[in-house]
Amino acid sequence: MHAPAASVAAHQHAPPTGFWRKHVFSLDHKVIGKQYLDLALVAVVTGMVLSWLMRIHLAWPDLPIPFLAKLSPNGAAGGVITPEYYLSLMTMHATIMVFFVLTSAPFAGFGNYFLPIQVGAEDMAFPRFNMMSFWTTCVAFLVLISSFFVSDGPALSGWTAYAPLSAVGKDAGPGQGLGQTLWGLSIAIFCVGQLLGSLNFITTTLDLRTKGMSLARMPYSTWAWFITSVVGLIAFSVLLAACILLLLDRVAGTSFFIPGGLVISDRLQPHSGGSPLLWQHLFWFFGHPEVYIAILPGFGIVSHILPVFARKPLLGPRVLIACMAVIGGLSYTIWGHHMFLSGMNPFSALLFSVPTLIITIPSTIATLLWIGTVYGAKLRLQTPALFCLGFISVFVSGGLSGFFLAQPSIDTYLHATYFVVAHFHFVMAVAAMFGIFAGTYFWFPKMFGRMMNETLGKWHFWLTFVGVYCVFFPMHYLGLAGNVRRYAAFTDDYLKPLIPLHRFITIAALFTGAAQLIFLYNLIRARFWGPPAPANPWQATTLEWSTPASPPPFDNFGGHPPAVYHGPDEYGVQGTAGDYIMQASSEPEPARLAGR
Amino acid sequence: MGKLFAVVLTVITLVATAIVAMHIWWPPPDISVHGPGIDRQLGETMIMAGILFVVSQLALALFAWQYSAADGRKIKTFPGGPTPLVVFAILLVGIETLALTFVGSKVWAGIFQTPPDPSSLQVDVQAEQFAFYFRYPGPDGTFGATHPELINEASENYLGLDPAHDPDARDDIVVPTLRIPVNRPIALTLHAKDVNHSFYVPELRLQQDFVPGLRIPLHFTATRTGRYEIVCTQLCGLGHYNMRAYLEVMPQDAFDQWLKQQAAQQ
Repeated sequence: MHAPAASVAAHQHAPPTGFWRKHVFSLDHKVIGKQYLDLALVAVVTGMVLSWLMRIHLAWPDLPIPFLAKLSPNGAAGGVITPEYYLSLMTMHATIMVFFVLTSAPFAGFGNYFLPIQVGAEDMAFPRFNMMSFWTTCVAFLVLISSFFVSDGPALSGWTAYAPLSAVGKDAGPGQGLGQTLWGLSIAIFCVGQLLGSLNFITTTLDLRTKGMSLARMPYSTWAWFITSVVGLIAFSVLLAACILLLLDRVAGTSFFIPGGLVISDRLQPHSGGSPLLWQHLFWFFGHPEVYIAILPGFGIVSHILPVFARKPLLGPRVLIACMAVIGGLSYTIWGHHMFLSGMNPFSALLFSVPTLIITIPSTIATLLWIGTVYGAKLRLQTPALFCLGFISVFVSGGLSGFFLAQPSIDTYLHATYFVVAHFHFVMAVAAMFGIFAGTYFWFPKMFGRMMNETLGKWHFWLTFVGVYCVFFPMHYLGLAGNVRRYAAFTDDYLKPLIPLHRFITIAALFTGAAQLIFLYNLIRARFWGPPAPANPWQATTLEWSTPASPPPFDNFGGHPPAVYHGPDEYGVQGTAGDYIMQASSEPEPARLAGR
Repeated sequence: MGKLFAVVLTVITLVATAIVAMHIWWPPPDISVHGPGIDRQLGETMIMAGILFVVSQLALALFAWQYSAADGRKIKTFPGGPTPLVVFAILLVGIETLALTFVGSKVWAGIFQTPPDPSSLQVDVQAEQFAFYFRYPGPDGTFGATHPELINEASENYLGLDPAHDPDARDDIVVPTLRIPVNRPIALTLHAKDVNHSFYVPELRLQQDFVPGLRIPLHFTATRTGRYEIVCTQLCGLGHYNMRAYLEVMPQDAFDQWLKQQAAQQ
């Protein structure tokens, strides 16, 4: 395919000089990308602390947590978490992690920073939209966090916010007042930010590629961000509509999701005609694609980084891109697998089950391609590479439990148990986090011009890798034993024997969480005091390593947009610089040491 | 480093798999007619997923062992390129999973897509924050109509019955425990008073949501007497974790006697 020529060599906008324009309300995609990553860092620390509190409460329900009593005198009087506060912690943990970490970091964060550079553009197509997209996301986060400080506490109806619990208001108990309204508002605002971001990503990828950057030469990470934005554009529009309807039910007296005849807190509710299942359909029509919005950038990052450290090209690059596209497309046909037992027509369970199983095929192929890429490699197991291998391992672990949950008959037993918690934490949370870690260690030298410490990085990897298996694998066992999720305490006779396993998980979670302090320390130390990074520390080929400096100048390429002559992963070749050829190098197509 | 990765991953894989294989944490013994179908499906999926888990993790471990720090060695392409992997995924994984789903569909259809036996014992179930109530039709065999506006916890009219005007409602039996005779088909009708709830009995291999505004049928036959917990699995508010009732599966004659006693009290 012929790529559009980079006809605009001059700056499209001049570099700003003032503090606010440069660092706060910046139009520069690199600053915005870093802002997204910083926001995600704040969010992930918050989300992880919440998960610690939940885990401690599950293992030792009566143990007082001193600082919590000060932070939330209602939710944790004397430091002991109440059942409703537990549910609030859970709801906020999930909402913060899914939206502000797993969507913000790998997609909006790295995507913003590197997508324009990787296609050889000077900035995003719509820099003002881009700035708005970050700041709306930031407002959404602040609105969500503010619900911790309202009188009856934050929302507690889960990140899925099933109606009518989430729709009827205060009568339904604590957390259903202002907290739930703020939750709906926050997510609606977040959707607007994502829509602006997605539009930007799509337009930039299609319109701003530099000379020679044909689709076939586009890096896999760019492909992943592009496909993710297409998925996100549809998914977040539906969620935005759903959130508006939910807010109307809450504040304007409508009944989209509330049927008639409900008696809550001894009061007949003044609603009629709505459908709780409508909310579930709308939510999961977004919610399932959202899983892929979280993980596809991870696919891209791993496919981008793995060849660098394997020193050979990706196995089956076109197959991999096709897999990502098929996954993106199919992600809209399988939302009903969250609803097998929801009371929808049981026949539709079978209809949703088949595409759910079919989507495992492209996921399996992608996994096999990565494992096949490691075959015959000259592996350099530096930290980014370790996290790539870890990603493959945890993605396999999480993906395989999907086979169980995709079958309605088995789901009859495993639905709403810890088996599901194990499944989605491995396949989207931990896998996506490993993608984020791989990306951070890999791109840090480019973003900050300094190197992260390799020894600390390796310690971080080993403790995290073993840690996540200790935390999340036993949750499969809990689920097999019928342990219901979203319980603030285990008072049922059949659940009491499982408490020792819960204690093991809690201890593992605290250790694994503590191991993240190594990462945090490494990150902060390297950002300010790390040794200067060489121009191309990993001997990689893509355009981000052809910028004149690290971090790249305001217009990325110093006013000289590069031309591209090669594919994104020309490793294992005899090039002038070594066993690789940069995309922007005009040397002729090389002799390949081994075929693809 | 590659060798360390290989060893760690192999240990994780083997320990994780061994614990599953030893059934240390496993579903409780099944007490339903349809349960063995689900257990078989679960077992077959476990074997398939287990094999794929061990093979792919060990392949990753092996390659990481073999191909790390291989300076001086030439890179090699995967034999045959991506094609054999694509064929493997489509044929083996695709056919295996689709086969599983077609077999599993029968199990599913047997529970959720067949009408209950006409001779089933009818029980009406109401879920509310944070309790279950079970209603038997009484000697007339007919349930009285429910009126949400009449629901009153204080006067123990949990379902909103109107015995003053509705003769069908007068002999309805409303209790907080689900008592059923063993080996007899049971047909439940689930409805919710306030928000979503769910009916889950692990031993029965049965789970179904309550949805406000819907009356959802659910049927089963229990094959073993005993006392089991019915738990709520759909987040319903602060008392969710504590929302439970008991299922008592009784011999037929004991059940008949109990029902007679209850009817006499109405």
